[in-house]
Amino acid sequence: MSLYRAETRRLVKRRFTKLFAIGALLILAAVVVGVFLTNQKVGPDQIAVATAKAQADYRQSVASTEQMKTDCQAAQGTAKASQFPPNCEIIAPSESDFQAEWYMPATFGLKDNLPDMITTFAAVLALAAFVIGASFVGAEWSSGGMMNLLLWRPRRLQVLSTKLAALLVGVTGLTVVTAALWTAAFWGVAKTRGNTIGMTSGVWQSFGLMELRALVLVLVAGALGFGLASLGRHTAMALGVAIGVIVVFQFGVAAVLAVAQVKFPELYLAPFWVIAWMSKEYTAQDYNACNLDGTGTCQPDTLTITWQMAGSALAIILVLVVGAAMWTMRKRDIT
Amino acid sequence: MDAVLEIAGLQKTYRSRKGVRRALDGFDMVVEAGQVHGFLGPNGSGKTTTLRTLLGLIRANGGRMSILGQEVPRHLPAVAGQVGAIVESPQFFGNFTAWDTLSLLADAGGVRRVRVEEVLELVGLRDRAKDRVRTYSLGMKQRLAVASALLKEPRLLILDEPANGLDPGGIREMRTLMRTLSESGMTVVLSSHILGEIQLICDSVTIISAGRRVAAGSVAEVLATHTSSSVKVRLEPGIDLLGAAEILRTAGAQVELGTDFFTVGNAGNPAQITRILAERQIYVSELTPVAADLESVFLELTGTAPVDGQNRQVDQVSAGWGQ
Repeated sequence: MSLYRAETRRLVKRRFTKLFAIGALLILAAVVVGVFLTNQKVGPDQIAVATAKAQADYRQSVASTEQMKTDCQAAQGTAKASQFPPNCEIIAPSESDFQAEWYMPATFGLKDNLPDMITTFAAVLALAAFVIGASFVGAEWSSGGMMNLLLWRPRRLQVLSTKLAALLVGVTGLTVVTAALWTAAFWGVAKTRGNTIGMTSGVWQSFGLMELRALVLVLVAGALGFGLASLGRHTAMALGVAIGVIVVFQFGVAAVLAVAQVKFPELYLAPFWVIAWMSKEYTAQDYNACNLDGTGTCQPDTLTITWQMAGSALAIILVLVVGAAMWTMRKRDIT
Repeated sequence: MDAVLEIAGLQKTYRSRKGVRRALDGFDMVVEAGQVHGFLGPNGSGKTTTLRTLLGLIRANGGRMSILGQEVPRHLPAVAGQVGAIVESPQFFGNFTAWDTLSLLADAGGVRRVRVEEVLELVGLRDRAKDRVRTYSLGMKQRLAVASALLKEPRLLILDEPANGLDPGGIREMRTLMRTLSESGMTVVLSSHILGEIQLICDSVTIISAGRRVAAGSVAEVLATHTSSSVKVRLEPGIDLLGAAEILRTAGAQVELGTDFFTVGNAGNPAQITRILAERQIYVSELTPVAADLESVFLELTGTAPVDGQNRQVDQVSAGWGQ
């Protein structure tokens, strides 16, 4: 227990931890402020303005169509006639092409928009957790701190596991508190710059589960950063792998898959698995395929990545990386 | 006297693409309780590998080790609380202060916090305890390393080059500290290249070369077994030094000329020197036995004495030892 307390103190005292935690919170705060400023509450006044704008645009469109018809008829028999449709068949605009809702200002609907905000929250905190986790153990290895600690506690697996536990508990605390603030902030944004229509207990439960999945994603990211840095015994190892995965496996593989015209390229790209995990599923579509439905319309082939599939993939990667880190900790000489 | 540290037949082999290198080749070492024990060896001889292996950082390929009567690394967790150690250069996280560093170690090891203040005072870092370690000089980091090793009030203290980076005053303080700790009953194992220091403060030594023990025992014993029969001869002023040396050479002596003296290497019976010279009316003003010091014994045993016109490479020792 004393080792766990010491590692928690070490984690919290580290400047890098503070820097990245504060950085992540600032980014999240900036998102809240941005959403607040770009949205506004919609009331009778805004609806009236939008309706008036839609009608004005409709009238202007009708007038310009009429003008075009007149010009067309005047040009018949001259060289200019070719600039107009044959027989001056110009379709008149319909009033339904100018719906008032399209002229409404952006408004923040909690039910519709919070899921995207939770995904954003998970992505920002997962990135921070990855870097904090990598640095927490990587700096210990590269500074010689790990060797000093092992001279005090010559139980390698216990030391590494305790460090990981301290990291994960710390990240959990940060994520849970931030998630509560995040939800409260957007509740406030919805109340002042949008609406909370349709927020039943079932919707809240769904958001709660989504935030739970966000927590899992953040924890996995932290553990992966920790595991990779421990494997390479340096923070740079984890960051290098992360950059390598982004460059090679995302941009590189995406380009190769596009050239090779692979059926569902999303299957090989990490972001779509993350989206599937957060949104419960992601459906990839192949528009090269044509499946005729009952109405005779072409429907594409689809492949759905479920949250269970994404969760299994996360678990496999986690076990491989953290398992390898533990195994090398046990086996390799510390020089 | 009880042995606090025992190593027998320790082996460590490193394999790489370049081949196999035996860092430790059946190394033996015994340190008795309450002693200050010097652990000497040239660069690459296996000193640090021995210490790392002893402390469980490196896995040995063979041999037996015990600390305070407990076999290690198997029972290392049981004895770790009684062993303070620094291995190689001091390494600490630069952004933490000395106080942070030591208090975190104290927390991890279940040592009471008041001990942090005590060791900081002991190594002379009290006034700089709240400064970041990255602002420290090498000598100050060295002091911090010694403080971290002393934190748990160990029965066995293992220090790898503790005087490295210290100024002359610091070296003297370190020497006094080692003595004080030893007098309080602590056993100290000291690895160092400053042989004069080792000779001054150590009760016993082990010398390692090419992964094997080449000498061990009390400092006096090691020096005695390698004391030569050389004597330094000084003559009355104005006497032809060269002529006198030739006379002795003719009589079979191995003579080496100095500036105003010469050394006779095989002077088993120094009286013979005075007799031969006196027969030629040459009188000796000084006849001193040349005592071996630890440095010369070390250089002889490890085969690392410099040779004119040659650049010795690391790991290179004279034929006969460890080859």
